[in-house]
Amino acid sequence: MREVVIAGVGQIAVREHWETSLRDLAYQSIKKAVSDAGTDSVDALYIGNMLAGELSGQEHLGALISDYCGFDGIEAVRIEAAAASGGAALRQGAMSVACGLNDCVVVTGVEQMTDVLQDKVTAGLSLALDTEYELASGISLAALFAILTRRYVHEGCCSPEDLALFCVNAQKNAVGNDYAMFRREITVDTIMRSPMAADPIHVLECPPVCDGSASVVLLPAEKADLEAPVKITGSAVATGTIGVNNRPDPLVFESVRDSTEKALRMAGKTREDVDFYELHDLFPVVAALSLEASGFAKKGEGALMARNGDIALEGKIPITTMGGCKARGNPVGACGIYQAAEAVLQLRQQAGKNQLPCEVGMIQCMGGTAATTITHILEV
Amino acid sequence: MYGGNCCHNNNSHIGGVNLEISRNWRLRNQRYRLVGTECGCGHRSFPPRRICPTCRENPQNPVQFSGTGTVYSYSTLYEAPEGFEQFIPYTVALIDLDEGPMISAQLTDVDPEDVAIGMRVEMVTRKLKEQGESGLIVYGYKFRPIVGCYP
Ligand SMILES: [Zn+2]
Repeated sequence: MREVVIAGVGQIAVREHWETSLRDLAYQSIKKAVSDAGTDSVDALYIGNMLAGELSGQEHLGALISDYCGFDGIEAVRIEAAAASGGAALRQGAMSVACGLNDCVVVTGVEQMTDVLQDKVTAGLSLALDTEYELASGISLAALFAILTRRYVHEGCCSPEDLALFCVNAQKNAVGNDYAMFRREITVDTIMRSPMAADPIHVLECPPVCDGSASVVLLPAEKADLEAPVKITGSAVATGTIGVNNRPDPLVFESVRDSTEKALRMAGKTREDVDFYELHDLFPVVAALSLEASGFAKKGEGALMARNGDIALEGKIPITTMGGCKARGNPVGACGIYQAAEAVLQLRQQAGKNQLPCEVGMIQCMGGTAATTITHILEV
Repeated sequence: MYGGNCCHNNNSHIGGVNLEISRNWRLRNQRYRLVGTECGCGHRSFPPRRICPTCRENPQNPVQFSGTGTVYSYSTLYEAPEGFEQFIPYTVALIDLDEGPMISAQLTDVDPEDVAIGMRVEMVTRKLKEQGESGLIVYGYKFRPIVGCYP
C-alpha cells in the first residue's frame, strides 16, 4: 500500500447559510482545498453526507457536486454512515489512494440542515437509529444520549456540572477558530440555567443545527511535493449493535474502543503518542464515554478529565481543540472532514491561538449511539 | 418513492412511523405482543434476530415476553421528532425486561416527575402516532408503572 498524505484542506464557516445552496457549500470548501493543495487534476470525489435526501430532497450527490465543480467525468460517489459519514468518506478516499487506483482524491463533507424546521431535523438525525423500534416510539437520538447521561450520573460517575464542563471547554476553544459557529465563552451556570432539551440534557449542551462543508485533498506521499506533509497512518471502522439497548453495558462504547485500538495498531502508535484527540462530542456524555472507551480514562472517570482540566489545550489530552460539535457546530456528515481539516492545521502549526505542540492527532466520528465509530491517526 | 403506493400523504418519509400499511402489519407481533427471539443457548433478544449475538447460532425461536420490567434510565423530551409534537413533554426509557433483554419505549400513564430509575413497569398497548386526518393510526407498546410498585 502507498502512504497517503493530506495535501490540502478547505473549510467554510459553520453557520446558517440561507443564501447558499448545498452544491455551493460543497463547491466553496472544495475550491479552497484544491487551491491549498496546488493540484490541477482530480481523479475522484468522495462525499460524506447524511441528510441531503431527507432534508433537501436530493440524492445522487456524487454526480451533482462533481458536475457543479467542473470535475468532468470523474469517479464521484456519496458515502453515508450517519454522523460518521465524513470519516467513512475519508477512509474510502485514503483506501483508493493507498491501493493505487487513484492519485488525487478530494474528500468533501457537506450538510445543509437549516432549510427545514427543528422537528424535521430531529427526526432526520434520528434516522441513524433503528427506526422501526426506536424512532417509531418517538425516541430521538438526543433522547437516547439523555438516557445514558442520567444513568452515568446515577452510577456516581460525576455531577451534571462536570458534564457541562465539556461544553465550556469546547466554546472556549472555538473562540480561536474562524470557522466555528459559537465563538464565545460560556459558563457552567449559564448552561445549567438553560431549558431542558431532553432531560437531563440542557439546550446549551446540544450542538447547533447548522450548515457547513469541509474538504481535504489526498495524494500518495510519493507524488506530494511537500516539506512536512500530514500523513494518514491509521484508519479504522468498527460497528456495534444498532440499538444501544442491545449491548451488555450501554455505557460502554465498544465501537469506540475497537476502532481506536485498530487505528493505533495500524499506525504503530500508543495512546501516549497521541497529542490531541478530536472526539465526537455530540453531547457531553458522548465525550466522557469516548474518553473511557478509547482508553484515555478508566471506566466511570471520563468526566473527571473535564473537571481536572485534562481536556484543555494545555491539558494531558486536549479534545475538541477547535470547538468540536458543540461550538464549531455539527454539520453532521461534514463533521469528520472538519475534524481532519482542523487536525491538519494543528499538525502544520497553523492553528493560530489554539496551536498545540503536536506531531500525532487522533480524529474520531460516530454514527448513531456509537453503532459506527471511525478513527483516523494523522501525523507529521 | 417509486411506483404508485396509495397510502402516502404529503409528508416525507421522515418520522419513522409515517410508514406503509404493509410495514406496520409486518411489525404486528412485536408492536402488540412483544414477540422476540430465544436461542438454544438461552439468550433472548428484542427485537427479533436471525443470528444469536452470544453464540452466533441460527435459527432463533420466537418467544413472547411478559412485558414486565424495570426502568434502567429515562428522559423526558421537550423537543420531539416530527410527528410526535402532540405528545410533548413525554418520557422515554430503556427498560430491563424481566426475561433478559433491554427494550427502548415510551412511558405512559405517569407524570414525568414521578418516574425513577428502578421503577417497575408493564407493557400496555397505546396509540404511537396519528398520521394526520386521513392517515393511519399506529398502535404499539408503551410501558406504565405497575400499581403499588413505586420504588
Ligand atoms: Zn445463542
